[in-house]
Order: sequence, then C-alpha cells, then structure tokens
Amino acid sequence: MAKYTIKRLLILIPILFGVAFIIFTIMDFTPGDPAIRILGPESSIEAREQLREELGLNEPFWTRFFEYIRGIVFDLDFGTSYRTNNPVFSDIFSRMPVSLTVAFLGMILATVMGLPLGVYSAVKQYSKSDGFLRVASTVLVAMPTFWLAMLLILIFSLYLGWLPSGGITYGWTSYILPTITVGVPYGSKILRMTRSTMLEEIRQDYVRTARSKGLPENKIIYKHALKNALLPVITTIGSSFGAILGGSVIAESVFNLPGLGTLIVLSIKAKDTPCVLASVLLLAFFFAIIMLIVDLIYAFIDPRIKAKYAK
Amino acid sequence: MSEKLLEIKDLKVQYKSGDTPVCAVNGVNLTLEKGETLGLVGETGAGKTTTALAILRLLPERTGSIESGSITFDGKNLLEMPEEEMRTMIRGEKISMIFQDPMTSLNPVMTVGEQIAEVISYHSDSKEGEDFSVDKRVDEVLEMVGIPATRKDEYPHQFSGGMKQRVVIAMALSCQPELLIADEPTTALDVTIQAQVLSMMSDLRDKLGTAMIMITHDLGIVANVCDKVAIMYAGKIIESGTLEDIFVNENHHPYTVGLFGAIPNLKVETKRLSPIDGLMPDPSALPTGCYFHERCPHCMDICKKTYPDVYTEGSHSIACHLFSKNDPKEETNE
Repeated sequence: MAKYTIKRLLILIPILFGVAFIIFTIMDFTPGDPAIRILGPESSIEAREQLREELGLNEPFWTRFFEYIRGIVFDLDFGTSYRTNNPVFSDIFSRMPVSLTVAFLGMILATVMGLPLGVYSAVKQYSKSDGFLRVASTVLVAMPTFWLAMLLILIFSLYLGWLPSGGITYGWTSYILPTITVGVPYGSKILRMTRSTMLEEIRQDYVRTARSKGLPENKIIYKHALKNALLPVITTIGSSFGAILGGSVIAESVFNLPGLGTLIVLSIKAKDTPCVLASVLLLAFFFAIIMLIVDLIYAFIDPRIKAKYAK
Repeated sequence: MSEKLLEIKDLKVQYKSGDTPVCAVNGVNLTLEKGETLGLVGETGAGKTTTALAILRLLPERTGSIESGSITFDGKNLLEMPEEEMRTMIRGEKISMIFQDPMTSLNPVMTVGEQIAEVISYHSDSKEGEDFSVDKRVDEVLEMVGIPATRKDEYPHQFSGGMKQRVVIAMALSCQPELLIADEPTTALDVTIQAQVLSMMSDLRDKLGTAMIMITHDLGIVANVCDKVAIMYAGKIIESGTLEDIFVNENHHPYTVGLFGAIPNLKVETKRLSPIDGLMPDPSALPTGCYFHERCPHCMDICKKTYPDVYTEGSHSIACHLFSKNDPKEETNE
C-alpha cells in the first residue's frame, strides 16, 4: 500500500508538469499584452517596453517556460500576479478558504442527501417514492446552477428574508445558499448512481445467500449490498468534489463569493498568466490527491483491489 | 417410520413477467421425514430451484408468487408464518440452503469468518451454553468442513471454488439445521472436487442427522447420496419413490426411462446415447393433458386430454396413464 501511494505521488510530477505546459502554452497563444493590462491603455510605449523587459516577456517561449519551471522547482516561486502585483499564492490563499468551505459543505450535503435516498430508492424500486425521487433527481441534475441559485435567493433572501443573498460578511449563514446550490445537483447525481449500483447488487447471489441465512433486511442492505455498491459512488463523490472546487464559478458569481473560481476567471480576463497557472496547478494537485484518496478508499473497501495494489 | 419433517401439498408457483404468467411449479406434493435425504431430479427449468426457494419463501418478491398449496414444516405451515418468524426461526436456523454457484454466493468484501459468524450470532440465543462463543463456533464449523480455522480472516477471492463451496456448506450447517436444501451444490465444481464435496456432505448429514433435499440433474449423485427420489417435469413430480423403486424397479414413467437412457452405460454396448426428443414445454403455455405427452413414445389419446392421476404401489408412485388400473394398455397408439 505504501509503495502504491508513493508511486501515485511520483506520477503527480509529470502530470503537473504537463498541466503547467498546456496552460502556459494556451496563455501564450491567446492575444493580449500583459504590459498594457498592467499599465493601462494610456501608458507610453517606452514604459510598456521597459515593463516587458522587466517581466522577461521578450524572451523566447521555451526560455520563459523553463524559467518558470525553474522558479517553482528551486525557489518555490510561482511568480507575481500581473493584476494585483502580489505574490500569486497570497492572492490564491486569501480565496482558498471560501472555495474549500463551499466545496466541502456542498459535498457533505450531496453525500448525505444522495447516498441514503439512493439506497432507499433502490430498495423501494417502482414504488411511488422511488418514482418521485427519480423524477426529482433528474430535474435537479438538469437544472442550471445560476437558475437554482437565483431561485434560492428569491425565496430565502427576498421573500422570506431569512438568509443573506451574497458575500461572506454574515458568517456561517452566508454559506447556506451556496452550499445548497452546489450540493443539490451533485447530490442528485450521487442519488442516481447509488440507486443503479444498489439495484445491481441487490440482485446478486450473495444477497440471496444472506437472506437464506435469516439476516434482518437492513443488515442485508447496509452491510452486504451497500458495501459492494459503494465503489462507483465514491468515484462520483471524489470527482464531483474536484469539479466543485474549481468549477463553481457560477455559484460564486451569483452569490458574490470571493472564491477560486472567480479568481481564475478574473485572471484569465486580465491575462494574468502567473495567477492562472498557479491556480490551475493547485486545482490539478487537489484533484489528483482526491482521486488518490478515492483509490485508497477502494482498497479499504474491497479486499480484491487491495490485493492488486500490494503486487 | 419416523416423523414427518416437511410436507408440501399441491404447491403452485408462478412468475409474472410480461403478459402471461410463467407456471414454474404446478402442484408439487412432497414429504420428507427426519434425517432422510430426498433427491429432486429434473431437467433445467423443471421447477426444482423454484420449489426450494418457495420452501424458504425467498422467491423474487415482485415477480414470484406462491399461488396455492401448503408447506408444512415441523407441524407449522410456512406459507402462513409471519415474515419475522420466518427470518428468525426458520431461515438459517432450521432450514438452510446451499446455492448452486459458490463463486457468486459469498459476499466478496467480507471475510469468510464474518460471513459464518453472522448466521451463528443471529441464531445462537436458543443454543447458548456456558462456554459458547461465536468465534469458537466459527472455528469449529470451518474445521468440520476441512478448512483450517486460521483461514477465517481471508476473503472469498483467496479460496478456490471447492473451498468456497465448503465455506458455504459450513455456513449452512453452522446452526445445525433440521433441513438442508442443496441446490445443485456440485454443478459448478470440477469432477474430482465434486466427489470430495459430496462425500463430505453425506458424512456431515449422517453425523448431524440433518434431513436433506438434494436438487440435481445428475442421477449418479442421487444413487450415491439419496434415500428417496422425486423426478420433476414441467413443475410437477411425475415419479417418486425410494432409491430402489427408481433404480431397480421395472415400472417407470416414460420420462424417467428417457432420463436413464440419456446416461452413458458402460455395461451395454450402444453406438450413441438416446436423448429424449424435443424440449420441455413452455411454462407460460403448458399443453393440455399430460405435460410430457408431446415427447412421450407411448402417448395415448387420453394423455392429450387429462393429466394423469398418481398411481401408487407401496412407496413408488407414478403419474402416468400407462399404469392406470382401469385403463388397460391396449389403448396405446404405437
């Protein structure tokens, strides 16, 4: 297991290198001059040229790329944001907690909602409540985030006046609506996944064996079937978590949250290459770590996978 | 004779899928005495497994339903028993079942020890003695089927097919049931392992005094293991009797004759086997009269019209017009 984990962590290096290269190239190919962005359109040509020289933007592509990688590897220096002039990670870290909080709470809500309802729906297949859950989850998966967000704001902020409509100045209550907005669609996804894998497991022979042993029904469902049905569900949870972390731009915009998603969008607009690169690298790193954790949980649940890892 | 343990009367089971119900079991009558072994023989699809599942009331909930009949076990009708009592008092405790495929009938993510311990801990209260512990009992039953107790913390994928079936047997016998239903316990195993598992099962049956229903399509197994035989065809028992009645006696249902004809015999020289022509009738559209008449070499007019009564001679009963005392054989259409 330890060997497997180390192997997976080492694979991270080429992955992150690849991500850095792709983002660096794309940012380089897109039009726009950082010097103009920084100095403003009224700046003189000389000042721009001088800034370009300072930032090293006049060097050839490969020189700049390897200079960037060298800075990361030897000095842990991810550069300075063109937009704010701060070291990029001070910008990122000031926004990280908001994104992490929303992503965590959203995932917890999604799991707490999706998993038990999915099991229930499978156990009561073809019943009225199963039908309701199936329709409801389809609707919720298909619902656009911004629409759900605005609907929630309308109801809970405008009409009822219970919750703040945006920002993070109201403490924990500020997080309720964003959490629901990101959590519910993913919860529906988890519900559907749990339902289908559970339905498959309930029909397996070992479940019939468990019944023939005279075990109570809830033991059969939760101890026998659910443990087997959990693997694909955990993958869904893991990848959803990664997706929420960087992809909740819409929820962040609607609720006016200073999160990572909005930072990336702002940076792309400002052609703030160092900030985009660092944010995306960080997300890629998080995503890879989450998927590693998912794979380790696999081994913990399924002894057959554990045996494979040990080889 | 000893007491009756199990009596099935006129059991009818249907599966509902699509528009027409599938009549899997069409009025089965069976009796089994304590400690006795009954071989339930028949082709694939004859309703053997369905009968077994009906005894434990484990038919697929939505599609399978018991239409009529009674199953009396130890003087109680299992079909009228509340589900809770069925679960706590019968399944795994008094009646256990061994399923056909040991590869899939164990849970892959639980150790074999855990899976055996489950049965014991759910059914142990009545048998608890001074120094009873679930762990110790797990070790005992594993040793009983010839698996070292040290392997109880291993998972099913670490066992071979034959070993898995031993685990399943250990699980089924761990609460010393009065009745063991073995549904083709050796079909999925290779021949050498088959013999091992079978002889182990018979030994344990003799040691524990368990009654057994052995479901199989292998007449060789029946001859080795069983005391009584019932032959099933299209959801009905067409012939039943003691081992002697079936294997030695002269009179047989034509289907039984066909079954025996389909087995290679080393003593008689034949160029080829003689299989029974045709297929078993579609259980969603059963023929009128005797279900076997379309394939029967001795088919008579009456066979096409009415289902034959059961003709009994001592312990041997046959459901065939050929043996009707009123109807002489002259009517046979050759």
